[in-house]
Amino acid sequence: MATIEVKDIHFTYSTGVEALRGVSLRIEDGEFVAIMGQNGAGKTTLVKNFNGLLRPTKGEVLVDGVSTRDVSVAKLARTVGFVFQNPDHQLFSETVEEEIAFALHNFGFEEDTIKKRVTWAVNLLDLVEYRKTSPFMLSGGERKRVALASVLAWDPKVVILDEPTIGQDHRQKENLRQFIVQLNEQGKTVVVVTHDVEFVAECNPRVVLMREGKIMADGEAKRILPNTTLALEASIVPPQISQIFQGLSFLGLPSDVIDVSEAKKILVDRFKELQS
Amino acid sequence: MRDQAATHTLSVIEIRDLTYAYPSASKQSLRNVDLTVQKGEFAILTGPSGCGKTTLCRCFNGLIPHFYAGELKGSLKVAGLNVSEHSTGEMAKHVGLVFQNPENQLFALSVEKDVAFGLENLGMPRDQMQERVSWALKMTGIEDLRERAPHELSGGQQQRVAIASVLAMQPEIIVFDEPTSFLDPLGAQRIFEVISHLNKQLGITVILVEHRLDLAAKYASHVIVMDEGKVVLDGEPREIFNSEQAWLLGVGIPKAVHLWRLLEEAGVPLKGIPLSSEEAIQSLREVLWPR
Repeated sequence: MATIEVKDIHFTYSTGVEALRGVSLRIEDGEFVAIMGQNGAGKTTLVKNFNGLLRPTKGEVLVDGVSTRDVSVAKLARTVGFVFQNPDHQLFSETVEEEIAFALHNFGFEEDTIKKRVTWAVNLLDLVEYRKTSPFMLSGGERKRVALASVLAWDPKVVILDEPTIGQDHRQKENLRQFIVQLNEQGKTVVVVTHDVEFVAECNPRVVLMREGKIMADGEAKRILPNTTLALEASIVPPQISQIFQGLSFLGLPSDVIDVSEAKKILVDRFKELQS
Repeated sequence: MRDQAATHTLSVIEIRDLTYAYPSASKQSLRNVDLTVQKGEFAILTGPSGCGKTTLCRCFNGLIPHFYAGELKGSLKVAGLNVSEHSTGEMAKHVGLVFQNPENQLFALSVEKDVAFGLENLGMPRDQMQERVSWALKMTGIEDLRERAPHELSGGQQQRVAIASVLAMQPEIIVFDEPTSFLDPLGAQRIFEVISHLNKQLGITVILVEHRLDLAAKYASHVIVMDEGKVVLDGEPREIFNSEQAWLLGVGIPKAVHLWRLLEEAGVPLKGIPLSSEEAIQSLREVLWPR
């Protein structure tokens, strides 16, 4: 049984905008999926259908085998945690620890458990010194970490992150990448909506490419991202390493290299071959 | 040797020992900043979150000290003007500002009206205004969007409208504050091409605040890195991207440079530091093409 199963869904906003036009997708337990594609392709609309924030106009979404139509958003959130692009859409409490505890109270956790979970989450996301601080006193990057901590605190099976790298500097992005990879290695199902090709190239997740409300490609990042035709249609640009390998394809080098360490290894080997 | 007098007349930004703290802030946001930007340069301004980039940009067009109070010390000259002595309205004729999110900058019912807005405020005659709007739309490649409503456009198109509105004022300097954060990669690439075009064809001095350098590095003639309110690195892109300090600070160094460094360490002799995939392909081709 797939953790999330999307069966031919359509979604039309009340404004008449048809954001999804027949999408089917299975996400298995423990997968790491990046949803990419041009602005307005329907990426955020799709993931909002995973946890009942939106419900399909046509078709259905099953979470652990149960249709999102038959379950409340509150109950779905227990399984599928959603971290918004803009943390300010999510944060409202007076201190970081109250923020993190809020959902735990709503889910009816015991006081003791709540305390433990809050402590665990602030440690995990390096927020210990801000426990008693108002989220609104923090920087954008820190607020994003608070938003993530408050979702991880209730330990959902699936974590959805909408554009997590926007507004993060290079170092924060690198920390976030390692963190997400680690979460996934520990067994969480992770879904990331992102434009950041270089970010995706460094973790090689499964990539679902969207365009105009439909899925146009679905596969391993190293198979999808180097494809210039697909990239152009989805309004993305292949990662720089992949561009370099395509420019050197006449040397018979592999075409599916997207990350810098693999690139180095192949090029050094080729150089040594030529030397001998 | 550089001619000091000539250098002086060509610099459009001249900052000496500039220190600034926001009102009631316990820490200075800018600390002893020295910076010179020459006319026609394409400068990338980067550095970790909270390093003072945005604060420095607010100095370029006079938002600091005229709009934000606080304590400003040192010398701040932009477009030949002493910023403290000229109003933000006056500075706006010389320095344009394009923000991260174009939605915050656009408000009119049509693209044309948005682009004309600043000119109307200057009291420009109608004919001249029409001409100026057409020119700005042409330069940013959006002539066909003239009658459209900005809120119906894609993020990339909206950002071009925002650039056209700023360009219509014909400033000498345009400051872009992470102009592509919300755009898909192809949209971002197109925006960088528009910016480079304005820089090359019109000689507009560009200050680009950016974290994502993979797409932007190849256009730059100058890279400025800030950390904790100070300018810590200032020079040629290749020199900066290859400096130990830039790596330690965690600047978003382009993947092509990263690869070049790894190959260099492994004893593969490559010429020059590549700023783009094209340059990397060129130098790798020379080493790996079996003759």
